[in-house]
Amino acid sequence: MTGLRGGGVSKSALRTEGIAKAFGGVQALSDCTIEVAQGSITGLIGPNGSGKTTLFNIITGYEKPDAGQVYLGGRSITGQSPQRVFAAGVGRTFQLTRIFPRLTVLENMLVASQHGRRRFANPLARSGGAAGRDRAMFQLEFAGIAGHANALAGTLSYGQRKLLELAYVLVADPEVVLLDEPAGGINPSLIHLISDRIAELNATGKTFLIVEHNMEFVMGLCHHITVLDYGSVVAAGPPRIIRDDPRVLDAYLGTGEDDDEPAA
Amino acid sequence: MIAGTRPDAAAGPETGPAWADPRQWKRAGIGALILGLVIVIVFPLIFTDATVSNIAVQTVIFVAVASAWNIFSGYSGYLSLGHAIFFGTGAYAVGIIARDWQLNGSSVFALLPLAGLIATMIAIPLGLIALRVRRHTFVVITIAFFFIAQLSASNLAITGGSSGLLAPVPNWSPDTFNDPFYYVGLVIALGTIALSYLIRRSRFGLQLRAIRDDEDRAVGLGVRAMPVKLTAFAISGFITAMAGGLWFYFLSQTFPQFAFDPLFDLAIVLMAFFGGLGTVAGPVLGALVLEPVQLYLNLRLTNDYLSEILLGVLFLVIILFMPRGVLPTAGEFITARIARGRDDGAQGGRGE
Amino acid sequence: MSLLPDALVVDGITAGYGGGDVLHDVSLEVFEGKITCVVGPNGSGKSTLLATISGLLKPRLGSITFRGDSLEGKTPRQILNCGIVHVPQNHSLFREMTVRENVELGGYLLNDRALVAMRRAEVEQMFPAVGEWARQKAGSLSGGQQRLVEFARCLMLDPQLVILDEPSVGLAPKVLKAVFDAIKLMNASGKTILLVEQNARAGLRLASHAVVLENGRVRLAGSGQQVLDNPEIGALYLGGAVEGRTRAGGKSCE
Repeated sequence: MTGLRGGGVSKSALRTEGIAKAFGGVQALSDCTIEVAQGSITGLIGPNGSGKTTLFNIITGYEKPDAGQVYLGGRSITGQSPQRVFAAGVGRTFQLTRIFPRLTVLENMLVASQHGRRRFANPLARSGGAAGRDRAMFQLEFAGIAGHANALAGTLSYGQRKLLELAYVLVADPEVVLLDEPAGGINPSLIHLISDRIAELNATGKTFLIVEHNMEFVMGLCHHITVLDYGSVVAAGPPRIIRDDPRVLDAYLGTGEDDDEPAA
Repeated sequence: MIAGTRPDAAAGPETGPAWADPRQWKRAGIGALILGLVIVIVFPLIFTDATVSNIAVQTVIFVAVASAWNIFSGYSGYLSLGHAIFFGTGAYAVGIIARDWQLNGSSVFALLPLAGLIATMIAIPLGLIALRVRRHTFVVITIAFFFIAQLSASNLAITGGSSGLLAPVPNWSPDTFNDPFYYVGLVIALGTIALSYLIRRSRFGLQLRAIRDDEDRAVGLGVRAMPVKLTAFAISGFITAMAGGLWFYFLSQTFPQFAFDPLFDLAIVLMAFFGGLGTVAGPVLGALVLEPVQLYLNLRLTNDYLSEILLGVLFLVIILFMPRGVLPTAGEFITARIARGRDDGAQGGRGE
Repeated sequence: MSLLPDALVVDGITAGYGGGDVLHDVSLEVFEGKITCVVGPNGSGKSTLLATISGLLKPRLGSITFRGDSLEGKTPRQILNCGIVHVPQNHSLFREMTVRENVELGGYLLNDRALVAMRRAEVEQMFPAVGEWARQKAGSLSGGQQRLVEFARCLMLDPQLVILDEPSVGLAPKVLKAVFDAIKLMNASGKTILLVEQNARAGLRLASHAVVLENGRVRLAGSGQQVLDNPEIGALYLGGAVEGRTRAGGKSCE
């Protein structure tokens, strides 16, 4: 069930078709079909429990779908393990930041950057090497937390952890980046920074799929928005259309209990 | 070296009192290291009393064992309570081969790496089984394997069954009898410490520590968990077996419950936690403190259990007041003092 | 502001978790014997508000009084003793215990076994389904059924104020009716209810009074129907609200 499209004949960087997933008795996703155009910033919004994080988990291999397919640039990546999806060029952040608390900020970055090494490097060599460290520091500066490079990641504030997650999802230079609530719990001045960074990176060709609750952030940044409710897509299109679509408001305000049918 | 979180104080000694300068600390650290090395090298030449050198030999052996254990368990977070398997394997390997090849004197020391290799050959299949599960189950599996090892030693003819094995007794001068054991042990201990340090700053160590913090995330980022864990496990086993072989040769005998002692792993865990789990120097400090204390108490107190009770109390006190271990807590204290020193200096203009 | 007696008065609450305030000068009244509903988009501060009322979070500024007594400084247990029960958002039944055991556990503060038995009979009369499931393991019930058991359990202490934290969460639309009917029933038996809801329409239809929170502030207030019919509510949920929200930088919160 897709609404208006953003227009243009762009190739899709990422696409899901008919994804279904149930946990216990609860149908988290049903017939979920979304499309993320190459080079776009696409927002994925919907009320709590609509299945956004589950969809992310399925795309990135942390969960397997009960049905349906996931395509990365035309190639199926359905059911592949997280490390293969990661190696294929898809990066993601987590809503509850998953960093390595007892490693320093810089070391966190180096863990993410070592996946590309195929050649047999000296295992006892200083981790990262000079080039690796420089790149990591560059990403940290970009994210605005370079000053904390030697601090243990566990000592960072929540907002700083989010920035760290952003930095190291970029270290592996993925083509498609999935961000799970990048603006959640961050103070407003930092939200501006994050929004600008995403736009900058998008300008260099990266495709973004962003789950977010902050409407200003989403409407201001995204080219295209897909709305989920109860595990399916209820609307998709550019921000100005979505904002006025009554089905979207239905999704957020919910149905009164007198309605027997769920919102179509 | 010190976490650089204060941009305004990055300049260094000009903005704070001299004792707060991290470069001074680094110089002091290297100086202390060199001094320490000199001390341990000349130790037996100064303290020639047999009891003292006896304690010294067992201490360096346990420094090696604790550091080796830490290379695996401290860095990966998988707490092994079965390292006695490797220790005992080392002991028995040296005993059996020395007996069958009729070796004595210094040539027995050459068997130590061989004992290490034998332990590695055991560590790999063991690890392939035990490392598939998460860390809580892992601990239990290591205990189970430990008991299998102990029972095997008791029941196989080759190991001398429950009466154990005797080591060849070398023909060395009684005045300096302990010295060869001490120096071999020292070499192993120093080598292990150096290896521990190298691993910690290497990519390999980074992967291990990432596994400790969040294995799923690490795997998702491409860290190959099984080879990494298995390698650390094998290295740890190799060194522990060498230490076990040396220990057996030093004490001249062993039998199953002695070589495969259920309290062995608890003692190592204590040492590592005491000094600071997952640090390079922590297990070293732990062994340097706890092993001599334990041996000394065993000598002085007629009641065996009293020494263990005292050790337990000491451990409790440490865990309650310094749960991360002595060194990390001390490190934080010093870092905090330095940061405060910088603040005072920065606020007061020109410092001391 | 109105002539109805207040059960709970929240006055000028500003509170946060150390990283900056989440709630800013929030005030609302819960009227005796009525259903008051608080709605708002994600991140608006609904859970934080409930945390301050239940004593889990100390507000920086402002006061909360229940029937005239200040709740300031009270521990959660003391607040429970005042007659305020809180049904949390996550399912909190003990899955391996039977429904009856779970319900009886609701009365753990009561020392009198006879009283516990009597109360249990009363709640089973109000919710006959709970009586039917008495011997089933709580974990075997569906989400909506578990909610009913949680409501029954919370009535065991004969509370003066029932706080419901997003009871509809995770439930399929078809099940909502049963849950909201149960809420109506509790209210009909005299219980004052403070309902925080994710499903704004369902909550607002049920409530006699409502408040919409957004970004930690009260944006709309009035009767349930008034708020439901207010065209601004869409803007509050989907962005672009009237009150001149500027982009980041205009906010003063840390």
